[in-house]
Amino acid sequence: MNRFAELLDRLVLTPSRNGKLTLLTDYFRTVEDPDRGLALAAITGNLDIAAVKPAMLRTLVAERMDPVLFGYSYDYVGDLAETVSLVWPAAKDAQGATVPTLAEVVRQLQAASRSDGPKVLARLLDEADVSARFAIIKLVTGGLRIGVSARLAKQALADFGKVDVAEIEELWHGLTAPYADLFAWLEGRAAKPQRSAQALFRPVMLANAVGDSDLDKLDPADYAAEWKWDGIRVQAVREGGVHRLYSRTGDDVSGAFPDLAEAMDFSGAIDGELLVGTPSATGSFSDLQQRLNRKTVSPKMLRDYPAFMRCYDLLQTEDEDLRGLPFAERRQRLEAFVERLDPARFDLSPLVGFGNWQELEAVRAAPPHPIIEGVMLKRWDSAYLAGRPKGPWFKWKRDPHTVDAVLMYAQRGHGKRSSFYSDYTFGVWSGPEGAEELVPVGKAYFGFTDEELRQIDKYVRDNTIERFGPVRSVRADRNNGLVLEVAFEGLNRSTRHKSGVAMRFPRISRLRWDKPSAEADRIETLRALLDK
Amino acid sequence: MRASDLLHPRPEGLYCPPGDFFIDPVRPVERALITHGHSDHARAGHRSVMATRETLAIMALRYGEGFAGTTQEAKLGERVTLNGVEVSFHPAGHVLGSAQIRVEHQATRIVASGDYKRQPDATCAPFEVVPCDVFITEATFGLPVFRHPPDHHEIDLLLKSVAQFPERSHLVGAYALGKAQRVMKLLRQAGYDKPIHIHGALAKISDYYQATGIDLGTLSPATVESGGRADFAGAVVIGPPSAFSDRWARRFPDPVSCFASGWMRIRQRAKQRGVELPLIISDHSDWDELTATIHDTGASEVWVTHGREEALVRWCELEGIAARPLHLVGYEDEGD
Repeated sequence: MNRFAELLDRLVLTPSRNGKLTLLTDYFRTVEDPDRGLALAAITGNLDIAAVKPAMLRTLVAERMDPVLFGYSYDYVGDLAETVSLVWPAAKDAQGATVPTLAEVVRQLQAASRSDGPKVLARLLDEADVSARFAIIKLVTGGLRIGVSARLAKQALADFGKVDVAEIEELWHGLTAPYADLFAWLEGRAAKPQRSAQALFRPVMLANAVGDSDLDKLDPADYAAEWKWDGIRVQAVREGGVHRLYSRTGDDVSGAFPDLAEAMDFSGAIDGELLVGTPSATGSFSDLQQRLNRKTVSPKMLRDYPAFMRCYDLLQTEDEDLRGLPFAERRQRLEAFVERLDPARFDLSPLVGFGNWQELEAVRAAPPHPIIEGVMLKRWDSAYLAGRPKGPWFKWKRDPHTVDAVLMYAQRGHGKRSSFYSDYTFGVWSGPEGAEELVPVGKAYFGFTDEELRQIDKYVRDNTIERFGPVRSVRADRNNGLVLEVAFEGLNRSTRHKSGVAMRFPRISRLRWDKPSAEADRIETLRALLDK
Repeated sequence: MRASDLLHPRPEGLYCPPGDFFIDPVRPVERALITHGHSDHARAGHRSVMATRETLAIMALRYGEGFAGTTQEAKLGERVTLNGVEVSFHPAGHVLGSAQIRVEHQATRIVASGDYKRQPDATCAPFEVVPCDVFITEATFGLPVFRHPPDHHEIDLLLKSVAQFPERSHLVGAYALGKAQRVMKLLRQAGYDKPIHIHGALAKISDYYQATGIDLGTLSPATVESGGRADFAGAVVIGPPSAFSDRWARRFPDPVSCFASGWMRIRQRAKQRGVELPLIISDHSDWDELTATIHDTGASEVWVTHGREEALVRWCELEGIAARPLHLVGYEDEGD
C-alpha cells in the first residue's frame, strides 16, 4: 500500500510527461502482481468499490475528533480526503503493525457489505500512515485526479515492455484487473494475451501535418482529399452481440453517446468523426461541446444535440480485416456499407475533387462549413496502419486566426521552466475611446523559442507591477506593454470569461516588440469571428 | 505574583517589567534575551544581548561583530539573576544554539520556549522539558493536520528520486540557518557521500556548523566554473527557497524542485510553489509534539504565540488547561 501511496504522491506533483512515465515504469518494474495490476486499474478508472461511500468519511471522522478542531483543519486544507487522511488519529496498537498490501486493501473494500463498509474502512485507515490513508480514501471516492490519463498509463506499459503502445491499446479492452497476463507478456515471461473479447479497439491511423515543401514532391493524382472535420475521432465496432464506440486512444465512450451507440446496427469496424446535429445540418463546435465530458446524458441533451458519425474508413466487415487493402478499395466498400446504415446517425465523409495543389489550397481556405478545419490527403494505395506513418496521410489545416494582444500576467512554469515566467495571460482592448481597458482573452505557454522565452522573462521581471504567488502582473496600458501575436484555431462563446470568448489552442506566434500597445486589437475583432 | 505581571507583550516584544528585559524583541531595546538566531527572533541593534554562545556567533555572522552594544553568553542550565528575576536557558531542539528561556520570580515560573521541536536532530541539542506554571508555546504548525513524518523517511524519498532521475539535478529549498544543515546531516547519515552543492547564502552558516564539530561532509559551491550544466546532472543542490525561482536556478539541468519544510504536508502548498518533491522536514513541532509538550511541562496555563493559536487554545480548553493567545507581532508565519 505504501508504494502505491508514494506513487500517487509523486505523480500528482510531477508536471512533466516524461517524469510521470519514469515513475510509472519504475513502479511496474519494482512492484509485484497483483499490486501493480490493481494500481493500474485504479489509475485507468477500472477499479470499482461499491459498498464504501465517500459520505461515510465525515461520519467516521466526527466520531473520532472534536468538530471544532476538524472544522479549523478542513478550512485550512480545503480538501476533505486530504484533511481526513491527516487528522485521522493514529491507532494505539498500530505501532509496528504491518501495513497491508494494496491487494489486501482492495480485497477488504470490495468484500465489504453496505452495513460493515464503514467499519472496514475505519480499520484500514487505522492501520495506515498518512500517505496510505490518502490513497485509500482516493480509492474509495474514485477518481484519483493525479493527472495521469489512461492513455499515459498505457504508454508507460509500452515503455516498460518495450512494445508499441498500439499493441496495448488493441488488447486493452479484452483485459481485466489485475492484468497478470499482460505483465507476464511485457516481461517476456509469456506469450501475448489473445484477443479473446469481442468488439476490440483497432489502433487508429493518424496523419502528419503538411510541411513547407512536402507538396512539391507529391503527385496530386496519387491522393484523395476529404474534409478534416473538427469533431471527435471515433471508432465504431460491432462484433457478435457486442458494440462499442471508442475514442482515438481506445477509451470506451459508448456511455457518453448512447444515441449513436444504439444505432450501430452492423457488423464491422468503422473509423470516423463524431459530430453533433444531423448529417444534413451539422452542428458547430460549441454544439459539440455540450456533449463533451458528461457522465450522464439527459433526454433533452439527446434531443437538442444528437450525435452522429461521419464515416472515413472501413476497417472490418463480418470476419474480414480490410486494413491491408488500399484506401481506394476500402473507400468503395465503405460507400456501400454506409448506405445500409441509419441515415440519421451515419453518413459518408465526402471526397473533395481537385486537379492540382493550387485548386485544393483554394477550397481549403474557404471550406463550406465552420466545423471543417482543413483537408486530409490520403494516398489511394495506402493500407490502414497503426500510428502516424510518414507519407501515406497528410493533414493540411486551415491557417490559424491571429490577433495582436497585450501581455497582462505571467506565471512561472514548471520543471525546466521553473525559473522562467513562461505562461502568459494576454488581453485585447475594450471600452469606449479614451477609456479603453484590457480584458483578458486567453493564456498561452508555447509557440516561442527558448531565446524568445528568455527575452519575455526579462521583460516580465523588468516590468512587474504586482506579484501574487507565482504570478506577476505586468505593466500594460495604452503607452506601455508587450504586444504578442497570438495564433488560435477557433473561438467559442464563454460565460466563464469576462471577455465572453474562449480561444481554442492559443499559442504565441510572434513577439511584436515593434508594435505600440495601443495598436493591439480590440475585443470587437474577436467577437466578429464569433458571429460567423 | 501574577504571571502577566512577570511577562507580557509590548510592541517591542515580550517584556519582563521586574527584570527590565525583553525576550526576542523585534525592535532595538536596552536588554534582549534571545532564544535563537533566526532573523525574526534575533535582530541587530540592541544595547545588550544575552544568548547562547552559538546564537551569539550566528548573530555575529549575520549582522557583523557590532550587532549589539554588549553581549553575555548564557550557559545552558546556568541560573542568572537579572534585577532580582532568575533566568536560565535550556535547549529547544530547534536549530544550533536554540534555547528556551525560563523566567522565575516570587514562585512564578514561566518558560518562553521560542521555537522548538521534539524530533531528534543531530545538528543541535535535544529539547529539554522544563516544568513550569506557564508555558509559552509557538503554534507555527498548531493544527491537527500537521503531522511530520520521521525525517529519515523524507530523505529516503529524496535519495530514491535522485537514483530514479540521474539525468536531472535535485534542488532542495531549505532555510539557510538550521534546515539546510539538518538536510545535509541527514543525507550523510543516510550514506550519501558525494559532495553536496550549496548556494552561496548557505556557506558561512554551514562553515560555522562544521567548525563546532558537526560534520556535514564535503560542501561545494554550486557555481558554473568550467563544465556547466552537465556537471550538475544527478547532483543534490541545497539553497534558500527563494533562489529557486531566481535566474540562479537556470544553471541546473531539468531540475527536480524539492522543498524541505513542514508546510509541504499540504499538497496544495506544494502545488502552489511548483514543488515537485515535497520533503516534510520541519524544525518546528507538529501537532502531536505541541500537545505532548504542553502535557510534559505540567503547566496549568498556556500562552500561544505565532502561528495558528486558535486550534491549540481550543485543544487546551478540551484538556482543561487555561490557555490564551499571546498577540506578539513581527514573527514570520512562514519561516520553516
